Amino acid sequence: MNVENIIFWILAVVSIIASLWMVSTRNAVRSALFLVLTFLCMAVFYILLSAQFIAAVQVIVYAGAIMVLFLFVIMLLNLSAPQALKEKGGFQARVSVLLGVGFIAALFSTGFTMTFQTTKTASDLYNLRLIPDNPDMPNVVLPENIGTVETIGRHLFHPSQPWLFPFELTSILLLVAVIGAIILAKRNV
Amino acid sequence: MNPLQGVPVENFLVLSAILFTIGVIGVLVKRNPIVIFMCIELMLNAANLTFIALGRHFWQVNGQMYVIFALSVAAAEVSVGLGIIVAIFRTKETINVDEINLLKY
Repeated sequence: MNVENIIFWILAVVSIIASLWMVSTRNAVRSALFLVLTFLCMAVFYILLSAQFIAAVQVIVYAGAIMVLFLFVIMLLNLSAPQALKEKGGFQARVSVLLGVGFIAALFSTGFTMTFQTTKTASDLYNLRLIPDNPDMPNVVLPENIGTVETIGRHLFHPSQPWLFPFELTSILLLVAVIGAIILAKRNV
Repeated sequence: MNPLQGVPVENFLVLSAILFTIGVIGVLVKRNPIVIFMCIELMLNAANLTFIALGRHFWQVNGQMYVIFALSVAAAEVSVGLGIIVAIFRTKETINVDEINLLKY
């Protein structure tokens, strides 16, 4: 049991408990804070998976920007006030939990019967060090460098990879989202 | 240290399946659309975890590319969705999803 496994198990338990708490609590602000905790656990998982850049983006964008937006809207709408939403438990909740259990059973039964091709061995991957820096093969990276900004940037903008056009489309998506949010937030459309 | 001797990928897949299911149950149970949005974010995060875990398993950067795009889509979705929620609250004075059953008001 190495350090990574210990960290994984602790944070797996923490993230599952936090997300369960997020679903079960009635206070929306508490839900948001537990979701932040789950996101931070996710960031540590990304670091364990050697995706450093994504981990930083997770903390900045999700735990920072998106959750601040959530908290802002919660406090703007003042949902903790007396007219807070009554969460009727009962029938719908029980059916939902039942459906959720069925869903996870389906996921697990699929996952445990699925076999996927095993990865290259460690020595194979370390032999890639011997390949000189080849700009035509951006997929070939050192094992510990797979998540760095340099690798991701080279991969994202490399002409042989299909990511450049989606990346440009993302800018249009964000522009549309900005304009849509402004129009929706205006008093009289 | 050999970076491949990390946590087995199956652990991450099971964890993300559990988190995704918690998100699904939350979407079904909750009546506050803001919390429903949070549950959707949880589901997106679980999917991102799967992408990254399998990306490292097969040693491909492509898993992280998908995560970058999913993240930008999630940011756009949240900004527009919360704008819609605020607009609905302004006209109907409630955001209980059981009471909002008209598309146009």
